[in-house]
Amino acid sequence: MIAEFLAVSVRIFSGVQARWLGCSPDATQRIYFANHTSNLDFLVLWSVLPDEARRKTRPVAASDYWRGGRLRFFLANSVFRGILIERKKVTRSNNPMDQLIPILLAGESLIIFPEGGRTTEPEMRPFKSGLYYLGRAAPSVDLVPVYIDNASRVLPKGEFLPIPLLCSVNFGAPMRLLPAESKHGFLARARAAVEACSRV
Amino acid sequence: MTAPVLDFKLSALAAGVLGLLVFASIVGYILRLKSRSERSREVVENLNARIRAWWIMAIIFLIAIASGGIGSLVLFGLTSFLALREYITLTPTQRADHRVLFWAFFVITPLQYILIGIRWYGLFSIFIPVYAYLLVPIRSVIAGDFKDFLARSAKIQWGLMVCVYFVSYAPALLSLKIPGYERQNANLLFFLVGVVQLSDVLQYVFGKCFGRRPIAPRISPNKTVEGFAGGVACAVLIGTLLWWITPFRPWQSALMALIIALMGFCGGLVMSAIKRDRGVKDYGATIPGHGGIMDRIDSLCFAAPIFFHLTRYFFT
Repeated sequence: MIAEFLAVSVRIFSGVQARWLGCSPDATQRIYFANHTSNLDFLVLWSVLPDEARRKTRPVAASDYWRGGRLRFFLANSVFRGILIERKKVTRSNNPMDQLIPILLAGESLIIFPEGGRTTEPEMRPFKSGLYYLGRAAPSVDLVPVYIDNASRVLPKGEFLPIPLLCSVNFGAPMRLLPAESKHGFLARARAAVEACSRV
Repeated sequence: MTAPVLDFKLSALAAGVLGLLVFASIVGYILRLKSRSERSREVVENLNARIRAWWIMAIIFLIAIASGGIGSLVLFGLTSFLALREYITLTPTQRADHRVLFWAFFVITPLQYILIGIRWYGLFSIFIPVYAYLLVPIRSVIAGDFKDFLARSAKIQWGLMVCVYFVSYAPALLSLKIPGYERQNANLLFFLVGVVQLSDVLQYVFGKCFGRRPIAPRISPNKTVEGFAGGVACAVLIGTLLWWITPFRPWQSALMALIIALMGFCGGLVMSAIKRDRGVKDYGATIPGHGGIMDRIDSLCFAAPIFFHLTRYFFT
């Protein structure tokens, strides 16, 4: 209920336009991976998913931020059903993959931002290796590149008041980890796929 | 502001508009049955999408002006807000402009319409050209980024002028005190919007039917000499026939309609040039068949302030 209401509000405020270029808007299990420039990124991407798909899609978010307050934690936990992972002091005992892989195997979709944090540069940062390990653990799940445009102008890093500009979310063609593909090669290919979604 | 104006004239106009829409829908239906080729089917499909959108826009507009001043204020205020949003989305601004843009959307735009609502002519006519105009570069300079400073300030100032200031002159018509025309100002607003939009539609229709020679092929390939001449001539004719809803004599009404149609045409061209420069076809996708809000009101932006000032100067 709250989730659907919030999704509609976000869609109205951000005037977001979803372009499903390489796949169709349905509830197929997927890992959506996107560029990251604003705290709004995950909200707009999450809001344009069809209701049915959204119910089985879980965003992967930074534990240090989303545990930072009661409201934040309530939103992350109960509304977005986020998976809060440690991104600063990763050890063998809190390895995010141990949290993510069981969820993938249970059939749920994920939203992840493989740059590992928000950028203020126009260029994306190199991707962290989590996407590769997820692709290896669940080789039959489609990895969908997503480019989110303009969210950084709506709410740039460091600002707290958004302005109502129009965003767009471009979904590219699904990809998978190829047999015998190297980690480095795969991550470069994934990053290029997100970049390709920006040029339409 | 004004009390609800559900008088005879406005009812007659509303009936006229709805009749026109019924007629357009029937024509659209017949054309769809008759279109054979792929290309003509595409044009007719777009035409029908436009007609459907016209139904919605016309009904919203009629409800707004029938509800008196507050309805028109809210309608045009929202239109400004959405148009500014499309314009700024398309215009590259920098991080350092974030705060000033927040002011533009949430302070300057509402204030302009509040000033119109309380009929403070002395301030609403200079609020954006003087106060907002100065605020924009001052707020930006405080943010401390000098890169492309002039271009960035100018883009925001332009956006406020075109999307907010000029558009706000349409509901400002309701505040004019014209001797012998009390409580009828809503009809004047209807006259402006009706002539401007019919002129657009008729230029499109004449252009599609008889268009040969493009006027500005690089800026707006769909605008033709034939469309322009036919559309403007018909708009003037309609404006003249509507003299009975205005404080004007028939010849004055014709002249006003001519000025509205010409300014509207120029507005369409200027706003198209901005789109071309940014490499897009439309300002947005809010209105099916038409594009964005800005694509629909570009002609109104340029016609409204001139129509307001001419009416104010000669008739009040």
